[in-house]
Amino acid sequence: MSPKAKAKTAEAVTELTFEQAFQELEDIIRQLEAGQLALDGALLLFERAQALAARCGALLDSAELKVRQLVPKEGGYELEDFEEAGE
Amino acid sequence: MAEAWSVSELNRYVRQSLEKDFRLQGVRVTGEVSGFRAYPSGHWYFTLKDEAAQVSCVLWRNRAEKLGFTPRDGDAVEAQGNVTLYEARGQYQLDVAWLQRAGEGELYREFTRLKARLEAEGLFAPERKRPLPEWPRTIGLVTSPAGAALRDMLNVIRRRFPMAEVLLSPTPVQGDDAPPQIVAALHALVAAARPDVIIVARGGGSLEDLWAFNDERVARAMAALPVPVVSGVGHETDFTIADFVADVRAPTPSAAAELVTPSRDQLRNQVNALAAQMAEALSSAIRDKRISLREQSAQLKALSPQARLANARQRADDLLARAAVAMTHRLALERERWNGLAQALNGVSPLAVLSRGYAVVTHPDGAVVRKASEVKEGEALRVRVSEGEFGVQVNE
Repeated sequence: MSPKAKAKTAEAVTELTFEQAFQELEDIIRQLEAGQLALDGALLLFERAQALAARCGALLDSAELKVRQLVPKEGGYELEDFEEAGE
Repeated sequence: MAEAWSVSELNRYVRQSLEKDFRLQGVRVTGEVSGFRAYPSGHWYFTLKDEAAQVSCVLWRNRAEKLGFTPRDGDAVEAQGNVTLYEARGQYQLDVAWLQRAGEGELYREFTRLKARLEAEGLFAPERKRPLPEWPRTIGLVTSPAGAALRDMLNVIRRRFPMAEVLLSPTPVQGDDAPPQIVAALHALVAAARPDVIIVARGGGSLEDLWAFNDERVARAMAALPVPVVSGVGHETDFTIADFVADVRAPTPSAAAELVTPSRDQLRNQVNALAAQMAEALSSAIRDKRISLREQSAQLKALSPQARLANARQRADDLLARAAVAMTHRLALERERWNGLAQALNGVSPLAVLSRGYAVVTHPDGAVVRKASEVKEGEALRVRVSEGEFGVQVNE
């Protein structure tokens, strides 16, 4: 495993965005399928991958769309929460 | 002289004459609408006039329905139709096939000219089109904060991909001021947040309403964006310059929102498929390990002391068996040789001579009698023949 991949693995899954979690999940599957791993390493990866899949699912279920709008401020712009008109 | 015509005959002849004149068929006329009446039947009746003259017009329901706008008295319009005669009144009129606000023709020509110019510059070239991000983290919307377009897009994004963040860069989307403000909104969005993808959108409207999206400044600003841009302007049938210059043209704002977002259901399926694939990869990895373990333990067993001992034992048995076979052989050979010798021995035995009728005579001490002079009269001798022996007495 590259040092970069190791650093990635060390990151807590709860910190990952959907895209990051999904990508790492794909990477792990590629490694598992390559079959070059020691068994204990494979098991560790598997556990990590399960956490990643759970993270993806949780993000899919719980995500709430965030909408912000640009507001002119002191010659530039600032992002403020956007209040939607009642549905 | 020809016979006098009836009025009906006259009017029919005039109508047919008018309808035969190709200059009066499909003619285009500009003027101002007056006396507009929409009948319950759906047909429209009105007059077109200019400063000095007027002409009656009729527009049948099936065509009126397709126009998309209803003229009002005072509107400047351009009509296209066929000149005919309403025989019942002897009044000539324009049977209108198509009607548009005057000036739209000019707008359209302007649109065509700009489109041709930008196209010649390569602004619409397919190789300029960038792919959209698969999963945008941030989606920039350049549209009116009050429009239905924004609401529609937010609904679509919320339903499909709520992991994204939407950044709204509000701008008016119609009117003379709109183009520079749209440009400013695009620039502000990129400067402030640089989203992964931008949608430029406006709901449906008339050609004039959508005109800001045919503006050269807007087109150039869109072309210069550092991120992919999707246009969602008007309805499916509306094409604007913005559509041509965008990386992807969507027929409506909602469709644009759909184009930039993956669907949540699909993603869920993808994650589940990955999890299943992973479980399979792992169990097949374990299966492989188990197989190679089995092979290795078989190899190991072959090298163990017990295995070597068993091997040696077997080799010993083998040797022994071979030795036994060799011995048996040897013995048979020896017996053979011994039989030969015994026979040869038999040939040289004195007993064999006796069997031919000879006898051996011996003194009582056992010495063999070889000469007659060796014996005295009255001496007892022993005679041995082939079968047994007996005593004799010398008498002369």
